[in-house]
Amino acid sequence: MSDYKVPVMAELAAEGKAPEVLFWVGCAGSFDQRAQSVTMAFVKILNNLNIDFAVLGPEEACSGDPARRAGNEFVFQMLAQQNIATLNMYNVKKIVTACPHCFNTLKNEYPELGGNYEVVHHSTFLQQLINDGKLKVEGGEFKGKKITFHDSCYLGRANDIYEAPRAILEKLDAELVEMKKCKTKGLCCGAGGAQMFKEDEPGNLRINEERTNQALEVQPDFIAVACPFCNTMMTDGVKGKDKQDSIKVFDLAEFVAKANKY
Amino acid sequence: MGILQQIIFAILAIGSFYFVSKKVKEIYQNIMMGQKETITSDNAFRLKKTLLVAFGQQKMFKRPIAALLHLVIYVSFVITQIELLEIIIDGFLGTHRILYFSLLKGNFLGDLYTFVVSSIEILSLLTFFVTIAFLWRRNMLKLPRFTKSELLGWPRKDANLILIFEIMLIFFIFCMNTGDKALQLIDPEKHHETGNFVLSTLLAPSLATLPEMFVHFIERLGWWGHIIMVFVFLNYLPYSKHLHVVLAFPNVYFSRPEPAGHITNMAHIQKEVASMFNPDAVQEETNEETPMIFGAKDVHELSWKSLLEAYTCTECGRCTAMCPANLTGKKLSPRKIMMDTRDRMEDLAKGRREHGPDFKDNKLLLGDYITKEELRACTTCNACVEECPVNISPLGIIVELRRNLIMEQSDSPNEWNNMFSNLENNQAPWQFSPQDRLNWVSELNG
Repeated sequence: MSDYKVPVMAELAAEGKAPEVLFWVGCAGSFDQRAQSVTMAFVKILNNLNIDFAVLGPEEACSGDPARRAGNEFVFQMLAQQNIATLNMYNVKKIVTACPHCFNTLKNEYPELGGNYEVVHHSTFLQQLINDGKLKVEGGEFKGKKITFHDSCYLGRANDIYEAPRAILEKLDAELVEMKKCKTKGLCCGAGGAQMFKEDEPGNLRINEERTNQALEVQPDFIAVACPFCNTMMTDGVKGKDKQDSIKVFDLAEFVAKANKY
Repeated sequence: MGILQQIIFAILAIGSFYFVSKKVKEIYQNIMMGQKETITSDNAFRLKKTLLVAFGQQKMFKRPIAALLHLVIYVSFVITQIELLEIIIDGFLGTHRILYFSLLKGNFLGDLYTFVVSSIEILSLLTFFVTIAFLWRRNMLKLPRFTKSELLGWPRKDANLILIFEIMLIFFIFCMNTGDKALQLIDPEKHHETGNFVLSTLLAPSLATLPEMFVHFIERLGWWGHIIMVFVFLNYLPYSKHLHVVLAFPNVYFSRPEPAGHITNMAHIQKEVASMFNPDAVQEETNEETPMIFGAKDVHELSWKSLLEAYTCTECGRCTAMCPANLTGKKLSPRKIMMDTRDRMEDLAKGRREHGPDFKDNKLLLGDYITKEELRACTTCNACVEECPVNISPLGIIVELRRNLIMEQSDSPNEWNNMFSNLENNQAPWQFSPQDRLNWVSELNG
């Protein structure tokens, strides 16, 4: 039995405390079963490093990303303004999140609505911890294995973050192989722009199938992702190819937590 | 050059500038019918982008071979403007190679003239080969991005015509320079030396063996042919995808500085929602009237910047080649979004020309040109934006049209309607209660 601490903002505030960093869990990280294990992996890392953090819990609302991108600005504004009111009430300064969509919206779209915070994606956050010598990552079960990283659009093209996820994976003593289409040319997993929440338009192939084909070309043992929606899409894609036993899809936080046997 | 040639030249020059300026004014009006959008970049950012992306063609080099070939044509085009300037002055004044004779002859600048014209000749020859390569690539190699359905018909003819015009321009330049040199060889008394240009000097001796009258004809054919092609091209440009040679520069200059992931805020909805949350708050009075439109259903509801982008697009299709929706057989093609936007503006302009300024038809950009199936296929992945060598954002237009579909027409797939109501009621896209947001904690410590 382990006893990981997950402080909730409202409770800390009642005690007159404020954490250094708010962990923005996101809807996927809260409710989606696959993404929940990423959330747990990340919380284990935070606990192990004694990082002073908290979550909003029931006070967290969707960042508004899928509403705005589907075209529903009203719903976006309601969610965004509600979140900003909450974050400002707690005087939040720094936010870390494992979801590139939340990251992008909070970082780039909240400031003009009155929400100004230092927002970092967990890839950059973990890289920083490694650089500062606070987080040590050993290869563990990933030593010598072949890993390919799938760039998330909202991390890469949207925010120019390409190196941080790779820097973390390099610490695993694994063989990092790039897909033909990577970094700025990375192919979307198919979930962005609220596609996650509706059926595909008619076509020859689903986008995640195409991306999975590209990943399989490099014959990896693991596909690394940095986004809960990419995670779902790639996991489904691998299952569609009946490769789920030989190829695992993991988030960066899971790689770190598993390698360090947290 | 005789006075008759001067008069003909002046008529052609003035006429061609008159007609092109009329069309340019129409395009300017079309762009300005768009919504106000303040591009928030500072001068340093604009200058940097213009130098790197527009002049330096930085983003072209994502495809190095195509970039090199394109660079040859680009440099050749830019440097040939010097010779074009001379032709225009010569044409009005009835002089011959005025830059050489009046300014440059007899000093080191004379050598500079020889160097410049020689460079033009070498680049023109290279451009000739590149143009052939481009014609081959477009018509024989059948690259996917050049054979998509949106290129059928006029766009394909347009592309080929541009290349053929370029070949003609090059052909006439060589006629002119070689004819000139051959005349100097035949009768140095009458035709004064103008320096030895590297390629025409090689060709001239063979031409000089022919009768002087014929050589003279070749020289004039070259001079007139070149300048007439320039006038034709100039007037063709505003109707063609080739307009990018001009508009790429202002379009890149006005690049949006925000990270690609940022989507424009709708200030009037922001205010409305804010007053809903806090009805007592005193509304900030602004003199500026924020337009109460919900995205765009037609071109005049798009930002002027999106409209400038539509006129800037040269239909290279790099966006479409990288679009995940297009790659997997969906109808969406970012290039078509830009082409449709321009076509719509041109159709409206034509209507206004023919039926007066209040012209309206029963068409809209949304629905009649761009279908919702195309719009709904977009994953907002920014691949199209990343790829565009001149910083066009098809995504900007897609988002505005999507906004109109949802907010003005309430036209939304059922799954999205469910998502919206979940977001409104549970603050999550799925039907989970906010109270369950921490359910994973018990599993963590389970």
